Amino acid sequence: MFGLEYKDSRMLILVAILVALAPFMLNPFPEGSGMAQFNAGYPDLMQRFVIFGIFAIGFNILFGLTGYLSFGHAAFLGVGSYAAMWMMKLLTMNVVPGIIFSVLVAGVFSLAVGWISLRRSGIYFSILTLAFAQMSYSLAYSVLTPITGGETGLQPKVTDPRILDGSLAEGTIAKANFFGLEMGSSFELQLGSWLFTFNAGYYLAAVVMLIAFYISIRIFRSPFGLMLRAVKSNQQRLNYTGLNTKPYTLAAFVISGMYAGLAGGLMVAMDTQVGAERMFWTASGEVVLMTILGGVGTLIGPVLGASAIKYMENILSKINSDILHQWFAFLPDGLEEFVITLIYPFIGKGWHLTLGLIFMAVVIFLPGGLVEGGQRIANLFKRKMPGKDARDNKS
Amino acid sequence: MGILEVKNVGKRFGGLQALGDVNLSITENSVHAIIGPNGAGKSTLLNCLVGKLIPDTGSVMFDGKSVLGLKPFEINQMGISRVFQTPEIFGDLSVLENMMIPCFAKRDGAFTPNAFINMMKDREIVERAEHVLEEMNMSEKQQMPAASLSRGDKRRLEIGMCLSQEPRLLLLDEPTAGMARADTNNTIDLLKQIKDEREITIAIIEHDMHVVFSLAERITVLAQGTPLVEDTPDNIKGHPKVREAYLGETQDAA
Repeated sequence: MFGLEYKDSRMLILVAILVALAPFMLNPFPEGSGMAQFNAGYPDLMQRFVIFGIFAIGFNILFGLTGYLSFGHAAFLGVGSYAAMWMMKLLTMNVVPGIIFSVLVAGVFSLAVGWISLRRSGIYFSILTLAFAQMSYSLAYSVLTPITGGETGLQPKVTDPRILDGSLAEGTIAKANFFGLEMGSSFELQLGSWLFTFNAGYYLAAVVMLIAFYISIRIFRSPFGLMLRAVKSNQQRLNYTGLNTKPYTLAAFVISGMYAGLAGGLMVAMDTQVGAERMFWTASGEVVLMTILGGVGTLIGPVLGASAIKYMENILSKINSDILHQWFAFLPDGLEEFVITLIYPFIGKGWHLTLGLIFMAVVIFLPGGLVEGGQRIANLFKRKMPGKDARDNKS
Repeated sequence: MGILEVKNVGKRFGGLQALGDVNLSITENSVHAIIGPNGAGKSTLLNCLVGKLIPDTGSVMFDGKSVLGLKPFEINQMGISRVFQTPEIFGDLSVLENMMIPCFAKRDGAFTPNAFINMMKDREIVERAEHVLEEMNMSEKQQMPAASLSRGDKRRLEIGMCLSQEPRLLLLDEPTAGMARADTNNTIDLLKQIKDEREITIAIIEHDMHVVFSLAERITVLAQGTPLVEDTPDNIKGHPKVREAYLGETQDAA
């Protein structure tokens, strides 16, 4: 299918189904029940899953294939966001020009950053990209205020020209749309005590993510992708095999920068605002964590990692001590206090602690990330069913 | 005129004159060995030929064209392939993928942004890679990660990768260093076979006299950065200057 091998087509279809049914699967608990706070099926969070998925897929093309660890990819995310926002201010609230422009601008910017940073490798490359990202952040925060809105950031205003749209009706505000379909609009489905939300913005972002995922599979399986993996494996041998590593690494850098820009553009398409903090170095670090947590150099890993981190960030952080008291109310008083005191540092604002512990556990015990974990579980099941291996080899 | 002409090449590292005034001519389709005691400048000379180092003085001409100042990948594209002292292969990739990379480099040049074709569906490249692996007797190891090969097989793979590009000059830097006797003999047989079956020039830097005398047609003896003598293996064996250079080394070591 679409020039993919059987195995890859199967994975693409599986991801497509998961993404399409996410509003159901992420809302397994009935509304109003004690477990409802673990539901992740609301538009805002689902959008973040797929958008950060795109960000991580792109980052993985650079880090996973070539081994060049960039600590500055949030800069491209931010540049993409500003670019999309300006399209919304100047041209139209339709998200399509904004998304296209965000990819282009991020591509040009990453070409400049990559061209300079790729003169060095290893830690020096990482530091150079980090420096560029922090410079971009500072510029966006201060000097470039006329373009970036500085501290307050940018939002669409009533007074914006928007030359392709007609002027707004009195008292209305500009809303991002896809040829008339508002990104914020949702269809809600009530089944018994379950409530499922199907959001237009989420599905737009999901389709873009599937395209991005498909392109990444094609790159992984191409001769170009082979050369990128060879860069990671043995750059010296590659040089002495008649291949110029520089354009390969630069192309990978620009592609991953464009993915980041795309993610940034989609963020603006969803919530129509942008601030400089989007380019802060912690945002660059986050995508590194996502990629490693999911599985560096694997196809699906970055998406898994992005979802896992965004889930913890949004769900774990909402649990507070009142909720803990509810959960452990059945315990005798003294014991209840004790258990809650033990758990409390890991929830709410302490979710970073949990993330840190999980990250350490994954790096130590599953160097291949969540994907390796999945493979190990799959192997356990395979071993219990003798004869299955033989059948697998035939297919 | 040889295929490779080295004229008055000198290289200095700080206070150390690594290469004095090296003149060397390698005849096309011959096997030329460069030997010499430790620190004679053999590796420095080789690095000057492949673009890793730029000599301070002199010229290096390959097939009538200067290679000075060119990058290693450009020199490779001219037709010089290099085998390293410790096998340099792509350990994370499968044996077949290892072999496909030089095939792509040979056909498509130093950079091709072909991100949208499936590499396994490029029959020309896959067949070429499989063919060379068969010649190297490694067909059944195609799917193995290259890092898990034995030392001898890694060497075979690396030589195969170089041969798949059909280079005009193959440079070998101590190809049997650190190998067991059996592996060494296998490598000698492989190189003999290559020499007999192909039109190829081989330059070999070696410490092991057994390897040198089984393969070489001409031998250059290098000592303290300058060529001492250049002659056929038979004449080199009994040459007083050579004995002196090597004997001197053993006395120093003792």
